Amino acid sequence: MSANKGLNLTLKVWRQKSQKEKGQMETYQVSDISPDSSFLEMMDILNEQLIEEGKEPVAFDHDCREGICGSCSMYINGEAHGPGREITTCQLHMREFKNGDTIYIEPWRAKAFPVIKDLVVDRSAFDRIMAAGGFISVNTSGNTQDANAIPIEKANADKAFDAATCIGCGACVASCKNASAMLFVSAKVSQFALLPQGRVEAKERVRNMVKVMDEEGFGNCSNTGACEVECPKGISIENIARMNREYLNATLKGE
Amino acid sequence: MSWVKNTFSSSVGRKFAMALSALFLMIFLLQHFTINFISVLSKDTFNEISHFMGTNALVQFVLQPVLIFAVVYHFVMGFVLEIKNRNAREVKYAMNKGSANSTWFSRNMIVSGAVVLAFLGLHFYDFWIPEINVKYVQGDMSGLLADGSFRYYEELVHKFVDPVRVGIYVVAFVLLSMHLLHGFASAFQSMGARHAKYTPAIKKLGNIYAIAIPAGFIFIALFHHLTSH
Amino acid sequence: MTKLDSKIPEGPLAEKWTKHKNNIRLVNPANKRLIDVIVVGTGLAGGSASATLAELGYNVKAFCYQDSPRRAHSIAAQGGINAAKNYQGDGDSIYRLFYDTVKGGDYRSREANVYRLAEVSTNIIDQCVAQGVPFARDYGGLLDNRSFGGVQVSRTFYAKGQTGQQLLLGCYSAMSRQIGKGKIKMYNRHEMLDLVIVNGKARGIIARNLVTGEIERHSAHAVVIASGGYGNVFFLSTNAMGSNVSASWKVHKKGAFFANPCFTQIHPTCIPQHGDQQSKLTLMSESLRNDGRIWVPKKKEDAEAIRAGKLDPTKIAEEDRDYYLERRYPSFGNLVPRDVASRAAKERCDAGYGVGTNETGEAVFLDFSSAIMRYGQEEANVKGLHDASQEQIRQMGEQVVEKKYGNLFQMYEKITADNPYKTPMKIYPAVHYTMGGVWVDYNLMTTIPGCYAIGEANFSDHGANRLGASALMQGLADGYFVLPYTIGDYLADDIRTGPIPTDTPEFDEAEKAVKDRIDFFVNNKGSKSVDHFHKRLGKVMWNKVGMARNEKGLKEAIEEIKEIREEFWKDVKVPGSPDGINQELEKAGRVADFLELGELFARDALLRNESCGGHFREEYSTEDGEAMRDDANFTYVSAWEYKGEPSEAVLHKEPLVYENIELKTRSYK
Ligand SMILES: Cc1cc2nc3c(=O)[nH]c(=O)nc-3n(C[C@H](O)[C@H](O)[C@H](O)COP(=O)(O)OP(=O)(O)OC[C@H]3O[C@@H](n4cnc5c(N)ncnc54)[C@H](O)[C@@H]3O)c2cc1C
Ligand code: HEM
Ligand code: FES
Repeated sequence: MSANKGLNLTLKVWRQKSQKEKGQMETYQVSDISPDSSFLEMMDILNEQLIEEGKEPVAFDHDCREGICGSCSMYINGEAHGPGREITTCQLHMREFKNGDTIYIEPWRAKAFPVIKDLVVDRSAFDRIMAAGGFISVNTSGNTQDANAIPIEKANADKAFDAATCIGCGACVASCKNASAMLFVSAKVSQFALLPQGRVEAKERVRNMVKVMDEEGFGNCSNTGACEVECPKGISIENIARMNREYLNATLKGE
Repeated sequence: MSWVKNTFSSSVGRKFAMALSALFLMIFLLQHFTINFISVLSKDTFNEISHFMGTNALVQFVLQPVLIFAVVYHFVMGFVLEIKNRNAREVKYAMNKGSANSTWFSRNMIVSGAVVLAFLGLHFYDFWIPEINVKYVQGDMSGLLADGSFRYYEELVHKFVDPVRVGIYVVAFVLLSMHLLHGFASAFQSMGARHAKYTPAIKKLGNIYAIAIPAGFIFIALFHHLTSH
Repeated sequence: MTKLDSKIPEGPLAEKWTKHKNNIRLVNPANKRLIDVIVVGTGLAGGSASATLAELGYNVKAFCYQDSPRRAHSIAAQGGINAAKNYQGDGDSIYRLFYDTVKGGDYRSREANVYRLAEVSTNIIDQCVAQGVPFARDYGGLLDNRSFGGVQVSRTFYAKGQTGQQLLLGCYSAMSRQIGKGKIKMYNRHEMLDLVIVNGKARGIIARNLVTGEIERHSAHAVVIASGGYGNVFFLSTNAMGSNVSASWKVHKKGAFFANPCFTQIHPTCIPQHGDQQSKLTLMSESLRNDGRIWVPKKKEDAEAIRAGKLDPTKIAEEDRDYYLERRYPSFGNLVPRDVASRAAKERCDAGYGVGTNETGEAVFLDFSSAIMRYGQEEANVKGLHDASQEQIRQMGEQVVEKKYGNLFQMYEKITADNPYKTPMKIYPAVHYTMGGVWVDYNLMTTIPGCYAIGEANFSDHGANRLGASALMQGLADGYFVLPYTIGDYLADDIRTGPIPTDTPEFDEAEKAVKDRIDFFVNNKGSKSVDHFHKRLGKVMWNKVGMARNEKGLKEAIEEIKEIREEFWKDVKVPGSPDGINQELEKAGRVADFLELGELFARDALLRNESCGGHFREEYSTEDGEAMRDDANFTYVSAWEYKGEPSEAVLHKEPLVYENIELKTRSYK
């Protein structure tokens, strides 16, 4: 662990009281931040400081702090989850910054993800897309066939797994110049499309999920690939191509 | 036919239609380039092909309308998507680093597209409107000049005399190149054509196409500009 | 005094569950539509229960404090899930899984529950595969297994290092389907703040909408608590920041007994604390102990030099290293169970051999260099490179290790900026799981009629120590396959009850209490933040109620926690307003409950004059530091009844009867 001295930083943070009120960037100073601290620990220190000064601490989503729950969601210095690849905000460490740096901290920006306070956004649109088709329609009775009854080609099983590692954080939407949710939706569509269990209702699934995605007000995909670069789980836009295929197959060919 | 409406008003359907129109444009562009390039090699062959294309019923009454539809659909939908996409993010970031994760070309298709569109306007004014005028308004389907020779080559060369026009031409094609550096491979992705083995090849082919074709057009323009004096 | 009735069915062990299912009452499908069930928590336990109850036809209202059910802390489980499938043909069976779990739990769990758990474990895997959970597979397309600490078979199913995530997303999908159908009404960003009891039965909850700050009343015919574990009473743990005891504590205060609070699992392989700014600890999968060797320097000077950053550990000669687990436990070596490994690390660090360069100095090495060279040599042999240089062998070995543990090594490097291929990892134990929890009977009902507890929130099937990969199994077993049956037996009486009104005095009273407490917090003119108190509580818990406990320390802890609690109520400062998102207010409520639980926890530990599983009392250990269980006096579940202050809680004992397993001393020597 590096034995560097503490960092002194200028933070520009988006503050917004509620969804209805207007927000603005505010400037704060923090000092003596250990380079071994995580970014969110730095935010904790800022908040302790604000509480001490009698101000309201900055609200932000976080929970697991190990890069898997998908809660944390900060747009740091112009990138979702900040600099660094395949990490979430909570996995970003202060050693990535230099003493004296100015850091911009903003919420995800998308019409479909309204800000509800400071850095906290409402991502329930993702839940609604999931409710439209992000599942396989089997009852959880336990009376299904034996788990090994259908062998699954390892390559497909692995691809399905890779797609399934999506943590639903929304970095794809935040990074996309169009605030498109296609990486998120395609990851779920792909996971199931690649498994025999999921093929059965593949057509209906993709139609329904795309429909709700469109209704929620996300933008369209321009294939810039920003999402896959910023995705903390490195999910590939290959999945978007697969979703396009699945969708066209489902709608143009029909039943 | 409500499925047609549903499909092509969906996000994925629009992507697909955009890609289809673009694909058609790219094939047309290749064809257009080939014919134009012949003008560098042989005046007569160029004239003959031009006359054939200009008077053939299939080309004139089937392909040409399709082309017009494709162009119009492509740019209208380009603007529609751009507006919709902009609306999907109402409040912009105070600090955004797009270059960290994507190419400038891919983020600015509307810019390169708009320049190409402006050029297309000029191009229509230069070639297409006079063509239509001669052929269908004046009813002269001969394709001949007063001296009895074909008019196509002369008209082509004549347009490249003016250095300003050549300059505009060059700029437009540089932007078209940028448009295609992203667009070519993107169209395949939009149509769902992606494959571990072939996609890298498509990307390479795309880069070759995106550079070679516009460069070829520029070459033709410069060639005639420099040789016409 | 209520007598504890565990309601274990009669009959031979292997037939109990089947017979019970055949005998309990059912609710017919048309009547299920008339019944509402509240489920608090959407982790593996709550998520699976919500989905299944909704499929059966009940109207489910599910609550979680995160912005989506998909973010429950189950998502963070890495290693895997056990099931007695015996796909590997290595002699596994339901009985063996049952036996391993009881033994692993140091004989402090209920035989009948554990047997049922082992029995339904196989259904879980079938179910999850049908739902599209992408478990790891081999090249033949069949499911792969790995083995976990403390057992001799390969029965752990996994999805790389993200098994919990994949299982939870499976539940979330199943829930989503029911949400789409309107059978589950999902309340995201809602925190349950109290249980409402009407005529002695659990009939609803009071919840705070964390976005608007509104206090809401929700009624139902039964309430299921699936709110996870309470490891965060230690402030630092591998739990999520929001994991809390509040839901469990609220039902405890309303009459549910709280069982074995002192049974806590401290996981040996976590990334050590880097300093005072630390907010949580990160687990490194137990699987690393298969290949990593654990050591500290033999000489104190060396340890000091490492701590001061003056000595490179790779420079320490073999003979100057103390592979203390291999030394103390020659037959199990680095693979001793979690509790044993954790205590041994603490012992070395307390004796002055710790190697942490952080402020605490607490860390030991987990070294892969021998494994790297061993695998490298194997590779060299396979490739026929007989004169490969040491460097080449090392490189090949690193590649093998990368294939096995690449993602973990990467995670380690991201956090510490150290390259574990080149220099040994530093690890230290951390709080990880709580075996204790709300007391439930065989039907998973608490001592409040109509109030159930499932998953980590109940006192569970793990006794005094949980085996790896069993928590996921238990959560899903409870939610998919046990509760949905047993709850019917209770709800069969409610088919004519009709909707439970919320405009009753019981709801008025509960809501008022919740509002009063919130008003107190936001109006208190205190001077210290919530975290200030939470950190102090955590320090006391860790130092005196942690890995090694003794009477003196526990008595001090009880006093100190009481003092911190009193100070908290005087001096806590909660900025902002209660109307809208106020994360400090949320934390204040949770820490207030931790401050009560902490004291009960210490009392429970003080009372248990034995060492068993995760509970280690220094007075009750052999001369060479091994645990001494006292089966004659402590083969029982301690179930605490709330009476006001934690010091007034009344102990009830549920004796544990072993009819099928003989109690033995665990030895790993
Ligand atoms: C890092 C880590 C790794 C692990 N690895 C493994 C492993 O490999 N194998 C294994 O078997 N086990 C493992 N475990 C243990 C296992 O993950 C947990 O015991 C299990 O997932 C708990 O599930 P649960 O459903 O009971 O609770 P949780 O998943 O914790 O869910 C709790 C739910 O309750 C909600 N909630 C809590 N309080 C309230 C409230 N007041 N109001 C409303 N909602 C509330 C939360 O929002 C959440 O939805 C691991 C644990 C950790 C911490
Ligand atoms: C010869 C002329 C043109 C060619 C060959 C061409 C080609 C392409 C191609 C291949 C694509 C990628 C399609 C996809 O991603 O699916 C594309 C996209 C695009 N084109 Fe063109 N184009 C031309 C003219 C224009 C014009 C005139 C405009 C006017 C605005 C335009 C605007 C756009 C836009 C905005 C996109 C991006 C759509 C998206 O968001 O995905 N193009 N074009
Ligand atoms: S807090 Fe869970 S991913 Fe960052």
